[in-house]
Amino acid sequence: MIDDRASGQSHIGPVVLAGRPAPLHRQTGVVPGLRRLWKYRWPLLFISPFYILFCVFMAYPIGFSVWLSLHQWRGVGEMRWIGLDNYAALRHDRLFWETMRNAAILFVLYVPAMTFSAVVIASILNTGFLRLQGLWRALIFLPHITSMVAAGYTFRLMLDTHSGAANAALGWIGLGPVPWLDDRWWARVSLGLLMIWAWLGYNTVIMLAGLQTIPPELAEAARVDGAGRTQVFRHITIPLLRPVIVFALTLSVIGTFQMYTEPLVLTQGGPFRSTRTPVMEIFSTTFENVKFGYAAAMSYVYFAVIVFVTLVQFFLVTRGDSA
Amino acid sequence: MNLSPLARRRRREDSAARALAYTVVVGLSALMMFPFLWMLVSSFKPFEEIFAGDSFLPRDPTLRNYRSLFAQSDALGKIWNSLFIATTATALSVFLCALGGYAFAKFRFPGRRVLFGLMLASMTLPFAVVLVPLFVMMRNYFHWIDTPWPLIIPGAANAFGIFFMRQYMVSVPDEMLDAARVDGASEFGIFLRIVLPTTIPGLVGLGIIFFMASWNNFLWPSAVLRSPDNYTVPLMLRALQGPPGRTAYDVLMAGSVVSLVPMLVIFLLLQRYLIAGITAGSVKG
Repeated sequence: MIDDRASGQSHIGPVVLAGRPAPLHRQTGVVPGLRRLWKYRWPLLFISPFYILFCVFMAYPIGFSVWLSLHQWRGVGEMRWIGLDNYAALRHDRLFWETMRNAAILFVLYVPAMTFSAVVIASILNTGFLRLQGLWRALIFLPHITSMVAAGYTFRLMLDTHSGAANAALGWIGLGPVPWLDDRWWARVSLGLLMIWAWLGYNTVIMLAGLQTIPPELAEAARVDGAGRTQVFRHITIPLLRPVIVFALTLSVIGTFQMYTEPLVLTQGGPFRSTRTPVMEIFSTTFENVKFGYAAAMSYVYFAVIVFVTLVQFFLVTRGDSA
Repeated sequence: MNLSPLARRRRREDSAARALAYTVVVGLSALMMFPFLWMLVSSFKPFEEIFAGDSFLPRDPTLRNYRSLFAQSDALGKIWNSLFIATTATALSVFLCALGGYAFAKFRFPGRRVLFGLMLASMTLPFAVVLVPLFVMMRNYFHWIDTPWPLIIPGAANAFGIFFMRQYMVSVPDEMLDAARVDGASEFGIFLRIVLPTTIPGLVGLGIIFFMASWNNFLWPSAVLRSPDNYTVPLMLRALQGPPGRTAYDVLMAGSVVSLVPMLVIFLLLQRYLIAGITAGSVKG
């Protein structure tokens, strides 16, 4: 891959370090393009794997997908040109829009609770109040390394209406059995619980890193002036942590709309499609209904909506800043 | 003791706050650990006992689920498949990302800004968008269906990894690189012998993130791996589900425990690097 003779042939072109102006760089006019390229051969060679793979496995498929979305195709045989018909059909595809709505509902159900809890727990861990801080952080983070297939089935057992641990625990304190996986809304709550379990630690770690960049003197000064802990949390911690919260929320938007394994294993999208997600819909349109063209169109609309939602969310959160 | 009333009040508050903090954190940790415990105890129970729901600990612990997992589901074969894919993918990706990160951190070349921006933008693309066309390419052009390659090659140099390594590479002192150049070392040699050894924590952190992603990956493997012999561990677990009403939860729980072991070992040994890796992108970026 790397030809070492190359370095012996001509002298290694002045390798230009970042942060320093390149004297040869300013040669204007008649520097032949190839010789200029040769001068930068090492960095260009070093970054080339990414751009080659990007072109082959991302840029090309995205273009190819446009072509696919304008056809009716069952994966094999003749492709039939149908223009924008797939997109027209998608506009009235209630099943697809239902999955988008499910994702939005799920987002509202678990992301605010999870993000808020992450900030609170990170603040507690950051105060230095507790011994064994590293241990608690590790325990809270541990679910994140679990396969969602394994976690999904475990949750399915724990949330079983008749034999699960959740209803057994509720029974002790005199609460009736909850139909965790058998009711539309409870199923969404259960899925949210699985997501919180898997991602709370990750969010906490991010928030903790953010908190560690806030100088402790700020909170101390406020405390000396008589501010209570909740006041410090509301008026110092939250505002200063805002960029990290925005980052975490953006990841959560993308993550929620990309959910696939969790609902597939925990609820199989049910009951009555209440937890079916867009990616499940794209997957089954491709591999079960073998409508490749339609699935390609669906992925485009799905992507457009994610971009839109991310931008709106970003706008809302950052505008709140100046208010 | 000679404390002002305010300081005394503070001190009382402090111990109350500390008690509250302990309650929250210990309680939460216990809740987070409970599913693991449930998984573990269920894996030693016979099928009927799992659904009887009348005892937490197995009444008569049995290894039958584990035996069945290794004998009937060929768990060893699936673990090998997963290990091969995850190790190869991780080694290749970490190497290529370090190379790219080094170029972006330490060289100046035409188009650098644009190329870097393009790379960052590619991170926001959800995988589902390329699922259909990529599958068609794998089947019709590459003939890679049912091979490990779709799980290793397309993601080998990914944007997140290059961005991540760049953060580490920036702190490698320029003097070190210049000195090596004066000594006549080749650029690639400098990368191998100077840059890589000084950024080991970053390489380890990124490696764990990649390994974990590959080991637990489900969506793309379930699209491209067709025959059970080629399944990875998560696909094996999914296959245990069987037709409706016939899910082998007992064996599934044993399989879940097994799927967790390698990640747990890595986590316990290298936790520090993983946490540092996860936070690297959030605060600086």
